[in-house]
Amino acid sequence: MKIAIFKFASCSGCQLELLNLEEELLEIAGKVEIAYFVEASRKLMKGPYDISLVEGSVSTPEQLEELHKIREESKYLIAIGSCATAGGIQALRNWAQLEEYKKIVYLNPEWIKTLEKSTPLSEHVKVDFEIRGCPINRKQLLWVLSQIIVGREPFLPTHSLCIQCKIKGYTCVLVTRGEPCLGPVVMAGCGALCPSFQRPCYACYGPSDLPQTIKLAQQFTEKGLSKKDISLLFKKCESWTPKFKEVVEKYE
Amino acid sequence: MSKKVEINIKPLTRVEGEGEVEIVVENGNVKKLQVEITEAPRFFEAFLIGRSYLEVPDFVARICGICPIPYMYSSSRAMEKILEIEIPKEIKDLRKILLFGEWISSHTLHVFLLHAPDFMKLNDVIELAKIKPEIVRKALKLKAFGNYIMEKIGGRSVHPVSCRIGGFYRVIRREELEEIKKECKDKQELAKELLEWILQLEIPKTKFDYEYLSLQDPEGEYPTIGGRIISNKGMNISEEEFENNIEEFQVPYSTSLRCRIKGRGTYITGPIARFNNNYKALRGEVRDILEAYGFKAPLVNTYQSIIARMAEIYHSTLEIERIINEYKEPEKPYIEGKVKAGWGCGASEAPRGILYHSYRINSEGYVEKARIIPPTTQNLAHIEQDILMQIPEIINKPIDEAQLMVEMIVRNYDPCISCSVHAIKVKIIKN
Repeated sequence: MKIAIFKFASCSGCQLELLNLEEELLEIAGKVEIAYFVEASRKLMKGPYDISLVEGSVSTPEQLEELHKIREESKYLIAIGSCATAGGIQALRNWAQLEEYKKIVYLNPEWIKTLEKSTPLSEHVKVDFEIRGCPINRKQLLWVLSQIIVGREPFLPTHSLCIQCKIKGYTCVLVTRGEPCLGPVVMAGCGALCPSFQRPCYACYGPSDLPQTIKLAQQFTEKGLSKKDISLLFKKCESWTPKFKEVVEKYE
Repeated sequence: MSKKVEINIKPLTRVEGEGEVEIVVENGNVKKLQVEITEAPRFFEAFLIGRSYLEVPDFVARICGICPIPYMYSSSRAMEKILEIEIPKEIKDLRKILLFGEWISSHTLHVFLLHAPDFMKLNDVIELAKIKPEIVRKALKLKAFGNYIMEKIGGRSVHPVSCRIGGFYRVIRREELEEIKKECKDKQELAKELLEWILQLEIPKTKFDYEYLSLQDPEGEYPTIGGRIISNKGMNISEEEFENNIEEFQVPYSTSLRCRIKGRGTYITGPIARFNNNYKALRGEVRDILEAYGFKAPLVNTYQSIIARMAEIYHSTLEIERIINEYKEPEKPYIEGKVKAGWGCGASEAPRGILYHSYRINSEGYVEKARIIPPTTQNLAHIEQDILMQIPEIINKPIDEAQLMVEMIVRNYDPCISCSVHAIKVKIIKN
């Protein structure tokens, strides 16, 4: 079985989670062939590949072209992380004027070529599975890979962070501490890390199943948050997902 | 007959991010030498505008999955100056432990998974694991230790969640640190053994005259967060003077800006610069091993950066234990400041070198201007300079060796291309 790892616009953190599997990675490497992994090896093998892991959002014309090629060459295409599944933090530019942004960052903006928007893979090709998170949780990655390797269809829980938080027995950040926690509408997966540090969830994993985002935003209004602050809460790594976008557009 | 040598490395492998190198030499004259960054631009400095100052550390962490912690620290330090927050020793200590955890993890990744295969003429760590299984196993253990520290204090190693402006979201308990301490002795032993292994590799000894830029710790420790910015050629400035002394410029073939010292030229930042500028601040145990193998500051070329990285790993394992021994739980997890309009800057030592940030915020705490200068941006122009200085040797080699040598020079810097864009192609064509 040949595995390939690709990267578009991103921070490399999700690929790093693959390397962070440490000894488990060596075990996987014994069962499959890591055929294409630019960050780890000089030896790059041509497709087709059985599994392709793709990190990063589509944000340049070259990336869009490469994504179609990867799709053609891959039996199983997995999008890993917020950038690949939701457009990532750089999708914040999707609400702005691109030319203005280029001028802010670069001295010669005319040399910079990008697409109008930073988008998830699924806007352009069929994606077989998505592993969410900024960054992904390497335990979820290991679970998904091992399911595919043994020939099973992978799955991950899609319930909200609140459930994970309650199982862990943390004090509720939203009700008890009265802070604007996004846990009720965010997909579990990180292990309820922010509540474990007594801070509100800031939605690294994007929307859970049937998220009541507008209802939660109304709750925040009742707690006295301004429209601007509510829109900023939903306007982070996962801002380009439809249910979060809805709140951002309504409250901005 | 004219002799044309072209080197094309595309994509550049075993670096963090996307890049290429393109070199054309005709009759011994360099016609083209480009380290190209092909990583897509992400526009952080633009979308930070209008965000609350409190959000900035979590946002800028997303520039780099390999070194999120210094991103959080440099931005926090800049904001803390604006808000007039004095960071107490206990919080400084906690920040250092977390940063050393990241140095261990990031450096072990580079030294063993990305860099060491070059010195053994191997393609990757999988091949290295076949001939040196014990070394790779030990290195992975050490890397896991770095991640463990970040998970303990930060929640996770990529984009930790505990850090904020003024300190941490909650008090980190002594017991939590005691668990890390239990692991220290064993990991110090591993680091020492691995340092001895690295010191026995065949590493080039050619001397080059470079300018090295690093922080200098105000209390005389090895540099981590804040301090004077110093070089081996007489630079000695405050963080506030950075933008007046270092200029950024852009080239058409790259999505990353690059840097030079105004009126002087390119320079190196990173472990080798820290090592050369602050050698005496390294733990004595580390210097003893180095000197037993005939090494000390200054290291003379960038191939030797692998020594500086490994020395810093060993130093970090020793310092983590010392700091935990001295740690007192702070009364409050963080210090609150007074939000007001202002400009502030901050620098910290990321695994790859000086990471400089500056921000202007308005009276309500929203960002008006952001400037981020990562270490790889600072090193890029010097990487080209370094290749240029070694061109006579490169073009006399058979094509595959020439290509490897160029790749090695780039990898010596542990470039983090994701950071520099907030990428490297090497192309060699030889007739």
